[in-house]
Amino acid sequence: MYSTKYVKPNSTTEALEAIKSLGEGKFLAGGMTLIPTLKQRLASPDGLVDISGCKLDSIADEGETLKIGAMTRHVSVAESAVVKKAIPALAKLADGIGDRQVRNRGTIGGSVANNDPSACYPSAVLALKATIHANNRSIAADDFFTGMFETALEDDEIIESISFSKPTKANYVKFPNPASRYAMVGVFVAQFGDEVRVAVTGAGEGGVFRHQEMESVLSSNFSADSVSSVNIDSDGLISDLHASAEYRANLIKEMTKRAVGQIH
Amino acid sequence: MNEVTKIDGIGSSVRRTEDKKFLTGKGKYTDDINRPGQVQAYFLRSDVAHAKIKKIDIKNAQSAPGVVGVFTGDDIAADKVGGPICGWVVPCRDGSATKEPPHPLLAQGKVRFVGDAIAVVLAETAEQAKSGAELIDVDYEELSPVVDFENAGDGAQIHDEVPNNCYFDWELGDEKATADALSGAKKIVKLRVRNNRLVPNAMEPRCALAEFDNLDDSYTLHTTSQNPHLTRLVLAAFMFAIPESKLRVIAPDVGGGFGSKIYVYIEEAVCVWASKKVGRPVKWTADRTQAFLTDCHGRDHVNDVQLGLDENNKIVGLRVDTVCNLGAYLSAFSVVVPTYLHGTLLSGQYDIPAIYTNVKGMATNTVNVDAYRGAGRPEATYLLERTMETAAREVGMDPAEFRRINFIPKDAFPYQTQVALQYDIGDYEPHLDKAMEMIDYFNFEKRRAEAAKRGMYRGIGISSYIEACGLAPSAVVGALGGRVGQWESASVRVNPTGTISVFTGSHSHGQGHATTFAQIVADKLGIPMENVEVVHGDTDKTPFGMGSYGSRSLASGGSAISKAVDKIINKSKKIAAHLLEASEDDIDFKDGKFVVGGTDKEKAFGEIALAAYVPHNYPLETLEPGLEENAFYDPTNFVYPSGTHIAEVEVDPATGVVQVVDWAACDDFGNLVNPMIVEGQVHGGIAQGIGQALLEDAHYDENGQLLTASYMDYCMPRADDLPSFKVGYTTTPSTVNDLGVKGCGEAGAIASPPALINAVIDALSPLGVTDMSMPATPQKVWKAIQDSQSVAAE
Repeated sequence: MYSTKYVKPNSTTEALEAIKSLGEGKFLAGGMTLIPTLKQRLASPDGLVDISGCKLDSIADEGETLKIGAMTRHVSVAESAVVKKAIPALAKLADGIGDRQVRNRGTIGGSVANNDPSACYPSAVLALKATIHANNRSIAADDFFTGMFETALEDDEIIESISFSKPTKANYVKFPNPASRYAMVGVFVAQFGDEVRVAVTGAGEGGVFRHQEMESVLSSNFSADSVSSVNIDSDGLISDLHASAEYRANLIKEMTKRAVGQIH
Repeated sequence: MNEVTKIDGIGSSVRRTEDKKFLTGKGKYTDDINRPGQVQAYFLRSDVAHAKIKKIDIKNAQSAPGVVGVFTGDDIAADKVGGPICGWVVPCRDGSATKEPPHPLLAQGKVRFVGDAIAVVLAETAEQAKSGAELIDVDYEELSPVVDFENAGDGAQIHDEVPNNCYFDWELGDEKATADALSGAKKIVKLRVRNNRLVPNAMEPRCALAEFDNLDDSYTLHTTSQNPHLTRLVLAAFMFAIPESKLRVIAPDVGGGFGSKIYVYIEEAVCVWASKKVGRPVKWTADRTQAFLTDCHGRDHVNDVQLGLDENNKIVGLRVDTVCNLGAYLSAFSVVVPTYLHGTLLSGQYDIPAIYTNVKGMATNTVNVDAYRGAGRPEATYLLERTMETAAREVGMDPAEFRRINFIPKDAFPYQTQVALQYDIGDYEPHLDKAMEMIDYFNFEKRRAEAAKRGMYRGIGISSYIEACGLAPSAVVGALGGRVGQWESASVRVNPTGTISVFTGSHSHGQGHATTFAQIVADKLGIPMENVEVVHGDTDKTPFGMGSYGSRSLASGGSAISKAVDKIINKSKKIAAHLLEASEDDIDFKDGKFVVGGTDKEKAFGEIALAAYVPHNYPLETLEPGLEENAFYDPTNFVYPSGTHIAEVEVDPATGVVQVVDWAACDDFGNLVNPMIVEGQVHGGIAQGIGQALLEDAHYDENGQLLTASYMDYCMPRADDLPSFKVGYTTTPSTVNDLGVKGCGEAGAIASPPALINAVIDALSPLGVTDMSMPATPQKVWKAIQDSQSVAAE
């Protein structure tokens, strides 16, 4: 990597000041994407602002919602009794990210802010009607993800926490890329009374997306069988070395079936 | 037999004595070694596959912070240092020789693959060297890249010396007899198979540390090599034209090779050259990306097979036409792998009266292709065992029975194949029977039906393989175009207290020689294994040796040790006879004691050792003092491990995922020295084979960019991809060596891919699927199911 500056502030206010003073600075959360990028010299920021000292590591049941601090590591979400009770599917999702080393370092805020099209968390954010709390405003999930590696966040904004609505039932099932084990297709299904939300990650050319047709079919008949009738359009799906758009379309249907079939 | 011998000797599953340091992170690898004043090397590599270099501007790099030197191919050419050589060539069908284009250490005028080295930057730190390299400006004139090796003959010419991009066009066997046999056959089974390209992925990336001593004008090179003596020979005699005595090569702990660390690579040579040029030690360590781009890859064949059968389903002839990809330059053994290590294995375990094969080795704008675990034999086994299963299916026979009626019968050994090899010994039905029993073959249909109830397709597949290893009779190697001898050497030094130092020409990079070789010595001398130390990997310490590859360490290296120990015992008997005042002929050696036959007069081995070094009462007139012996062992034939592997899989039709649910491996490795280490080799080999069959695929795009250049896209097998293996053995001791051993290091990787693909095809056969290429990825399997359903619907 190229040499760069490193600062570790104690609050988000300080972090925002630090990033302003750096020119082309980068926030460093868990570093699971940023550090490899730096090591391969694919990025050369003027400085890194490590936000691990900003006291953003928290998990709180707030009644209707579950609020998780941006710097909360995947392992903390996976093992949290609060998460397991409130939204077990979210704990399951966190427990399946990367490997043990990644889960010990990677953070929910970093994953959501990066919006990797193959990351698991964005699907939960979208399906669970989450609200992203930045330092100066709150953004609804449906307005947050704007494209592959793109979000509604401005340069001077930092995620502090994310509030997830508690569903009646939810489940996340992914088909991992055999090599990287990122989601080649990941489907998060959440039922809120009569409403069903289905968010798909790993498959869309524009990143995570909600599958409207699947949602409407499942809203009227919440069963794995009803998914079979849905025609999944492969237009707009990623086609790469590992999976064609057609294969991904098949996986979307299959993973949704499994998510619904095994839901609790 | 005393207790110690029983625990430590041949046949005991002794825990590996070297594992303590490896498991506690105390291994000492080349990158762990540093020299005062060393500089770090970074290689600027081509990012285009095929181009003329119009200009290289190094000026800005030379003045970059920390940079000590920047050199290009012209600097090396000025010092008349040669490039790596090809260690084995073959004659072409038209009588011409293998085309051997030069391979400059740093590109001269042209780059031929993405990763081809253009310049080296030496700097105080690795980061500075890399930053310096970024300031080098290379002006390319891009040429059309040649990537598709099957059609490489029509592509732009890569080397002036290689017309039609064909390094060689070789044949073996009787073309006319085979054509006659096929034309008279009742049935001809045709199959086209592809052996997918693999990246070796040794855990430790390559590394070199070169140091020049200007007082005696000599070099020391620490490097990641499977054969330090060969590296020294090639570097000294062929590349630098210096006496071998002026170059010491040390391969300390080496973290895996699988063939990829046999060859001398350009980076090692450049470090040696540069260490003199700048007068400071030069170190280079590959990162994983460089390993993907520049380690020699493996396999990459396409084979067209025709197998003729008579009315009784007996094989009457076999023709195989192969095109293989050898990459941008010829590497040390890249020519022999698809020819003599491949074509000679085409008879498999079968009595085939006529065989002919033609192999074309093509140049492409991809990294060199050379030996990778199995080296030619996996390719031969894959095409043959896929064909056997296909033939059985087409004639409606059980694949096991079809093999059985075509096996070389037990009483036919030694068996002369139609493709040059003579198998000394073998017995194939027992390992087929045992493997079938281990996997409960006869109840398979019940399991298939049970899986079907769960919506899963279950399949079973067989592979009965043979391989030739333990390289090899030097005379045979020489007659077939090899430019090296293939013996192995050992020096056994008995220290005055009776402990032993064994110096071997073999090299351990994961094989467990420190344990296995010590067991041989302990067993033969009747002493505790902990009294035996095994030394390897340093040309200043060990006798000249050929190193480790081709499953040769035990059969060749172990046999050399055994022979040296025999010499120790013979001399010891003379000493004992003197001390015991008896005739040498009356001395028996057993359980570590020299006994005068029929008496209770005896001397322990330790007493003999002491007498040899403190020769106060010693036959000095007729016998030299000391107790140290050398042996060079040149085998009379290859050894021929064989066996049957049976894989059982379940395919999920919804996703195309193949789960390996059961595996039976029954191998005949002759006598086993350490069954635990052998089992580990079998496990590792099968894991690699499963990797090839299901997961791994090196993929270049049409521009010659390696798309699978990291673990994000290149899929290595993980523990959860593998079942628990059932491992068993039959034993026909090799007649070639005194130990009766064969080789086990490559067998798993040779046997397993066809067993697995045969099982996948069997699973999908109810759907009408008859073919599946490697790797059988979920997408590919799903697509095959979809296609079969759309065919069925038509």
